[in-house]
Amino acid sequence: MKVIVCVKQIPDPALPGELDPSTNTLKREGKLILDESDSYGVEMALQLVDAAGGGEVALVSMAPNGEVSGLRTALAMGAAQGVLVSDPELAGSDALTTAKVLAAAVQRLGGADLVLAGTESSDGYTGTVPEQMAEVLGLPSVTFAKSVAVDGGSLKVNRQTEAGYDEVTCPLPAVVSVTAGVVEPRYPSFKGIMAAKSKPVDTVTAGDLGVTPTGWAAAGQQITSVTQAPSREAGEVIEDDGEAHVKIVEFLEGLKVI
Amino acid sequence: MTISNIWVFAQAADGDVTTGTLELLTKARSLGGTVSAVVGGDASAVAATLGEYGATRVYATGDLGGALPGAAVASALAAVIDGGDRPDLIMFPQNYEGRDVMARLSVKLDRTVITNNTDVSVDGGSVTVTTPVFGGNTLVATTFSGEGPFLAAFRPKSFAAEAAGGGAAEVVAAPVPDLGSTGGATVTAVHVEESTGPKLDEADVVVSGGRGLGEAEKFSMVDDLAQALKGAAGASRAIVDAGWVPYSMQVGQTGKVVKPNVYIAAGISGATQHMVGMKGSKHIIAINKDAEAPIFGVADLGIVGDVHKVLPKLLEALQGRG
Repeated sequence: MKVIVCVKQIPDPALPGELDPSTNTLKREGKLILDESDSYGVEMALQLVDAAGGGEVALVSMAPNGEVSGLRTALAMGAAQGVLVSDPELAGSDALTTAKVLAAAVQRLGGADLVLAGTESSDGYTGTVPEQMAEVLGLPSVTFAKSVAVDGGSLKVNRQTEAGYDEVTCPLPAVVSVTAGVVEPRYPSFKGIMAAKSKPVDTVTAGDLGVTPTGWAAAGQQITSVTQAPSREAGEVIEDDGEAHVKIVEFLEGLKVI
Repeated sequence: MTISNIWVFAQAADGDVTTGTLELLTKARSLGGTVSAVVGGDASAVAATLGEYGATRVYATGDLGGALPGAAVASALAAVIDGGDRPDLIMFPQNYEGRDVMARLSVKLDRTVITNNTDVSVDGGSVTVTTPVFGGNTLVATTFSGEGPFLAAFRPKSFAAEAAGGGAAEVVAAPVPDLGSTGGATVTAVHVEESTGPKLDEADVVVSGGRGLGEAEKFSMVDDLAQALKGAAGASRAIVDAGWVPYSMQVGQTGKVVKPNVYIAAGISGATQHMVGMKGSKHIIAINKDAEAPIFGVADLGIVGDVHKVLPKLLEALQGRG
């Protein structure tokens, strides 16, 4: 079974995000790491290939400056190879362009039985790229999958909903986006980390894929202002001396909640 | 050129138009021009309400037969647009269905998408949306360029819902064309989590628990407190990912947005993605062992203390009042 996983390499979420004042977009200069949402996709892919009795997990990623560190993490987990699209012309790309680029990278790998992705990135949160990729590739899709199982030529998915979950079937090949917590991602072993160093990563430009980059100008959107939001002020903070609950009761009484 | 034709992706739950839809319709009306609703399913039961909130027309695909809406509804809408009926702006709710339909449509129309918006304004022929970033502390205004239809998704509770008193919307059939290779994803069973008490995103009082509770069993303190205050129980993403409670209880950027009268955060540090979901609460009470926890930056009443000591005493005091 062949599974391709989309992985994003993002600025470390533990560090405060910063906007580049000249373009008002997220700065991506420092260290980039594998987006945690994508570690679930990689793990799910490895488990599905295992359950199918063999196959391959490959990766596609779009990142600036030839960045591969996040890809190496996924390769260390057990993925076999990757395609990295890195191109200064792609700076400032919107979700639609990203989806076209990643879809072209999937096709460069010869397609797959299943394409997996997270539901949204942890830095951009747009949340449309997997579904957009499915449309570009002409495939059916299931988003927000909590569990995925292959049954013959189709998938059985438990799809998260606001009220609980739905059971969904979907023919293969397909694109599926998986929720956080869907599986427990494995820690790369030392052997895996060493092996990852020599696994092939094909680095290409948008031109190599036949995708016309739109970059800032033609992305169809222009950031016109960045302002600070009015912030909420902190109120009273007290230390519990064993009677803090009384303060809470008084607060609630004051609001006529009780 | 002016913005004169706006579509709103409308949804219904249990036969009623969702509050989110009413919010978008109200905002769409205020932007001027005609407003049409779009429904993935049958619209006969909802045409009256949609009309009351300003939609003069509703495009309906008819029953989807269990098909996931993304490919189906996007294809139906693309067909309407190809047929000559082209909106200037399409407003989607920021939820699963809205995102999926908008995504597929963006590829079909080759148009950009902007999501997570909390506001929209129109100036002649141009549309500008506002998105909070970095946990809501920074607001980015983005103007769509080029031609429409402009595609934008909005976070719940960004706008107030207000009826306009119009007559029922005219139902126009927008059948789903042959989906070819993109079709086939079908819902075979629906599971609804049992919950008693008010709905999380509608409750007047919300009590949420986080990692500070220590273990899954301790969530019962949050449940009990929510019940005692006749409110709903919520959770941080950390404990949902850990499997202590279901996703339907998650409050935050990728969960529910709540704006209750009172929000009590127990054992929650206040990660920015959580704050996005509850910063709009009228009054916030936080209990956390760590005096440096970011949640204290937004709490009206902050208790630096151990939830395992404070919550049981609070519960006892409330239950003692009878």
